[in-house]
Amino acid sequence: MSTPVQDDANQKRSETAWAPPTTRMKVGEMSAAVRNINVDGRQPLSPLQGFGQMWQKTFQLRLTGVDKTPAEIMQIWKENFPNFQPPDNRFYPTMAGIKPGEVLLIAAKVPPFPGLPSILPVDTGVMVLYADDTTFTVMTPEGHPEAGWNTFSVYEEDDSLVAQCQSLCRPNDPLYDFFNRFLGASGQQDQIWIHVLESLGDHLGVRGQATTTKVLVDPKVQWSQAKNIWHNAGIRTIFYLLGTPLRWLRRKGSAESKA
Amino acid sequence: MKANVTMTVRKADQNSSVIDIHGEINAFAENALMDAYTQASSAGARNIILNFNGLEYMNSSGIGLLVTLLIRARRQNQRLLAFGLSDHYRQIFDLTRLNEAIGIYATEVAALGAVN
Repeated sequence: MSTPVQDDANQKRSETAWAPPTTRMKVGEMSAAVRNINVDGRQPLSPLQGFGQMWQKTFQLRLTGVDKTPAEIMQIWKENFPNFQPPDNRFYPTMAGIKPGEVLLIAAKVPPFPGLPSILPVDTGVMVLYADDTTFTVMTPEGHPEAGWNTFSVYEEDDSLVAQCQSLCRPNDPLYDFFNRFLGASGQQDQIWIHVLESLGDHLGVRGQATTTKVLVDPKVQWSQAKNIWHNAGIRTIFYLLGTPLRWLRRKGSAESKA
Repeated sequence: MKANVTMTVRKADQNSSVIDIHGEINAFAENALMDAYTQASSAGARNIILNFNGLEYMNSSGIGLLVTLLIRARRQNQRLLAFGLSDHYRQIFDLTRLNEAIGIYATEVAALGAVN
């Protein structure tokens, strides 16, 4: 049993690690270079609110020979998280960085069909649900391709360090589920986390291949969540971009009427 | 890293088993939690009740474990309930929306009252 002093310390440790209570995501101070759509005001999701099958995917890279602590490596990972992403998956943290409750915007591009170039834009984001010295977890909003969490951690195992990405997610709506099952979107998502791990390894001077383990946690499709398609970030991003000329004309008209 | 948690299982009534949790729930608690669940289920429980009075710390991997436990319980047509959460962890259950799937009660008596 823990003592009251330990209880207080654990309480404080937990309160600083978890995001503050919220029912809607709020985007903080952000670079003007990124479109802030599909995230602000959206509800954060757990894997329980998605549509498709729930998978737990674990990607690991053994950091053999790296003479650092897990906390030191996690600090490097947090600071370089956007740089470790593949070119088609740009992350934009707020000025506060990776801190509990902060939102990271994402500007991604996906291929319309397997083997084609990534041309379809998806503007979305994630909220940092939890962050401590060796772990952080992000939570997806309504409309994101997946409903659930991605956890990034560094730990010691068998006298070696291991960097790990673990996702516990469902495809968020029937369209994303279709892309995952038939058009290779699931594999593309896997490649993102493998790329991130191997970029971390490169940064630390480790040459190694990340391993992947997939577990089907829930084979059931949740038809009650098919309505999630209303918030689909891919569809909304395309409509937003199609509306760009109209918004430009409206702004121009407004400026001229003021003049 | 080793698990820093102990779990004991007891039968609360004919249909309900309580898992008393002492320590930390994180990724390393998986075996302890799943073993406790298996023990509770093998006694024929239709209701699995988690007692968080002895919880010292839970991180995001711990919350992930609860999701997988919930899915396992649902697939066995079992209900998952919880009691003894501090205000802080109640807020975490709200934030992660686990409160929409796991019945949360203040006390064991209240949890048992809800299923009987």
